[in-house]
Amino acid sequence: MFDRRLVTYFDWGLLGLTAILATIGVVTIYSAVNAGGNTPQQTLYLKQIIWLGAGLIGMSACFMISYKRFDQYAMVIYFGCVALVASVLVFGKFVGGSQRWLAIGPVSVQPSEMMKVGLIIALAHHYSRHLKKDGLTLRDLVQPMMIVSLPFVLILKQPDLGTAMMLVLIAGSMTLFCGIGRRTFILIATAGAVSIPVAWSFLKTYQKQRILTFLDPERDPLGAGYHIIQSKIAIGSGGITGKGYLEGTQNILSFLPEQHTDFIFSVLSEEWGFVGAGLVILLFLFILLWGLSVAHKCRDPFGILMSVGIVAFIFWEMFINIGMVMGLMPVVGVPLPLISYGGSSTITIMVAIGLLINVSMRRFMFE
Amino acid sequence: MKNYLNNMDMDWFKRRLTIVMALTFAIFCLLVIRLFYLQVINGEKYRQLSANNCIRLQTIDAPRGLIFDRHGELLVDNRPSFNISIIPKDAKPIDATLGRLAAYAQIPKSELEEKLKKKKPFPVYKPVLLKADIGRDMLAAIEVNWFDLPGVVVGVNPIRHYINAQTAAHLIGYMGEINSKELKSGAFPKKEQGDFIGKFGVERSFEDILSGREGGRQVEVNSSGRIVQVLKTVAAEPGQNIYLTIDKRLQQKAESLLAEKAGAIVAMDPNNGQVLALASSPSFDQNAFVGGLSRKKWQALISDPRHPMTYKAIQGEYPPGSIYKIVTAMAGLEEHVIDRNTVFFCPGHYRLGNRVFRCWKKSGHGKVNLEKAITQSCDVYFYQVGQKLGVDRLAWYAKACGLGALTGIHLAHENAGLIPTAAWKKRKTGVKWQGGETLSMAIGQGYNLVTPLQMAVLISAIANGGYRYRPVILYKSVTAKGEVVKHFEKQVVGKLPVSKANLALIRRGLWDVVNGNRGTARIARLKDIEISGKTGTAQVFSRKAQESMKEKDMAYHLKSHAWFVAYAPSNKPEIAVAVLVEHGAHGSRSAAPLARDIIQMYLGKKEPSDTGQMVSLRQ
Repeated sequence: MFDRRLVTYFDWGLLGLTAILATIGVVTIYSAVNAGGNTPQQTLYLKQIIWLGAGLIGMSACFMISYKRFDQYAMVIYFGCVALVASVLVFGKFVGGSQRWLAIGPVSVQPSEMMKVGLIIALAHHYSRHLKKDGLTLRDLVQPMMIVSLPFVLILKQPDLGTAMMLVLIAGSMTLFCGIGRRTFILIATAGAVSIPVAWSFLKTYQKQRILTFLDPERDPLGAGYHIIQSKIAIGSGGITGKGYLEGTQNILSFLPEQHTDFIFSVLSEEWGFVGAGLVILLFLFILLWGLSVAHKCRDPFGILMSVGIVAFIFWEMFINIGMVMGLMPVVGVPLPLISYGGSSTITIMVAIGLLINVSMRRFMFE
Repeated sequence: MKNYLNNMDMDWFKRRLTIVMALTFAIFCLLVIRLFYLQVINGEKYRQLSANNCIRLQTIDAPRGLIFDRHGELLVDNRPSFNISIIPKDAKPIDATLGRLAAYAQIPKSELEEKLKKKKPFPVYKPVLLKADIGRDMLAAIEVNWFDLPGVVVGVNPIRHYINAQTAAHLIGYMGEINSKELKSGAFPKKEQGDFIGKFGVERSFEDILSGREGGRQVEVNSSGRIVQVLKTVAAEPGQNIYLTIDKRLQQKAESLLAEKAGAIVAMDPNNGQVLALASSPSFDQNAFVGGLSRKKWQALISDPRHPMTYKAIQGEYPPGSIYKIVTAMAGLEEHVIDRNTVFFCPGHYRLGNRVFRCWKKSGHGKVNLEKAITQSCDVYFYQVGQKLGVDRLAWYAKACGLGALTGIHLAHENAGLIPTAAWKKRKTGVKWQGGETLSMAIGQGYNLVTPLQMAVLISAIANGGYRYRPVILYKSVTAKGEVVKHFEKQVVGKLPVSKANLALIRRGLWDVVNGNRGTARIARLKDIEISGKTGTAQVFSRKAQESMKEKDMAYHLKSHAWFVAYAPSNKPEIAVAVLVEHGAHGSRSAAPLARDIIQMYLGKKEPSDTGQMVSLRQ
């Protein structure tokens, strides 16, 4: 079974990029929780290292077994993830009004994170057998829609709007990549354009308010709007070269909310300036283009579609997070992949990259 | 299936992948441009904003809802309070600033330092309160010298003003600083350390209605903490105004009747459960609580032997005395132990085994039927009814009349009282129930405990034909814009366990108590209003021991409590009253005239014409 070529073709580049971003993450988390004196979360950077270790194990597990097996067991993996997500609604613990966490021994995990990978595998499995040259029709979309809506509804119930939307974005990107027939596309677009105003009129005033605030944080000057202003000040005041490591005043004085998770990029930009923040964005561009080139070299539809799904996953999380802290996007709780503190999200990303490496190192199998 | 891509068409994939790469690259350019815009083009602007942490949030307190009586008479409003705070970050060097502030405001510097120390660790850019509710002189001194006091801010907050000091103090209640237990409970999600919440009475019960929603301001400040411009404002949402069911004039009348005494008066509309007056004496001054009460004042209040901090109308638990005979009569009639013609002979005492139980009238009442027994409050008659019923049947009727349980009035700290049963005594003391205890219970002495409010609900039910209404104090709540949010609804919580005919018999007896020639409450008669009622005297000490002393020599705390419950007009009741005077000795002498005066005031003059905006609420 073991093939020497697996070592020869191993994708060191992807692993290297992952390692660099993860290191930047740990260093920035250290600053976020330590700069400016004692916080109760001082040792979180150490925990992040543990998560990365766990992620590395998950990653290795994912490139050891041929991804063909993932194709074979796609629906098993998918329903396994769905079952976990469903069990959260039954056994999960409530934190801050929503039920997202499943306690397994001493650690708590968020099955909704793993669901993203499960969904990518399931959709890649499905689409790889149903591609059409002149695009998918409405009928072809029924099954994928069911695959997405099951976990979507379950996660919306927790409620976790951010993660639920992420599923839709990933699925949407994969579907667009597969191509939709022109007539179907027009039909969907029209239906959407018509149904939104209708749905809007059914919403209660407070629900409308919440959506408007989501789209335009400035409407909530004491909450999200204020956070975005402080985040923009943090990023902007970093200037070209930054204020220096552990010297970010916005960070030190706790003007940033969630500074070790959602707003980590603001901390990083304040300390390292345009040079540092630009470099991180560039690293993300590298990793995404690398992922697409893996798909490019791959010679089997499932591998290609899974790679595209994983790239979409990393892309959307990164784009929404960085866009949000720079004031380009609505305020949603989405972590910055590999940089933000977080167990489930870090492990999930590393598992996903493990799958990319898997596809990459087995490209020879079709040569 | 039809025309799916079956063979590998790698060029198709590669074309699409190239497009995706291009798209990705384009979006990254967008992100980098945005980053460049923030950090390079506007870098200097943001650097300045961050240097002073210029953009800050200030909270705007929501004005608390006002409290009115049923006729729209204002009971509680808000007044501005000026507070001095310091923002440590702007006040540098903080020691020198504190020194100058102490000099201008003439406060010892040590006091200010103490305050600051206590609040540690404080966020350096948020105001730390130094002194609340300062006077005009101090305010002027600080305003004149503000340029010399960087980081010192004077805030204006609305605080409570209780217009009629001492009036309905227990009912309205007071506010206090939220404590850590309340913060942790999760019941006050929007409150933080240092905020005030209602702690007692209406202020507590209707906290969520009254408190409104805090607003805030995004402001830009300069390096000494002065506001340069207000960027955005979210207006505070004022709390709702509430209208209580009480009538301020009646409440004040009740309080003046209780002046110099300890006790409670409850007046209710028997037809719907609206509480018209809920007075407790002695009272206290709520305004003293506004800025936080000193430990010494608090100690003085709670160690007062007449318990001004106890809301006697709903918390005070007393033996019901002869008022309980209403329940005993009801039970006797319904259980067919007696009927209207049953006659017992009262020689002034009753023998059970080798014990002798006295009637309050030593010479005895002679032949007594039910009506006479109620009218003259004959103990011997009810001893015999009680003995025939037994403790547990009697207790069942008492509980069905709502005794021994909370009335459900929307006020915290209400007490339930106690209705004993044989099983209760065995459990509590381990001793078996004694036959003699049933006799004491039948005339309302012994273990029985009731609150004045329970008595008012009971007499209201007698008055209205048997319906126990939940006593209500909120008439309506209205937003600052005038929309009515909550409105009073009457709610029946139970029915008296008595037939129409038997209730009529009891009512006949109660009419005689006031209007009969030998009634115990003839003192309560009014010229043009017919009143029905029942007196009660609740012993705090055994009757035998009492007799050996002259009443006037008796120590205050050994004297009996005086009760009177009444309703009027007798045939079509519009008001029900329960009066309790602690250690008032006799129900007829101490309590009945008070009830009479309340009734006279309420029924004698109809609704005051000067308020005009509210029509009569009485049916």
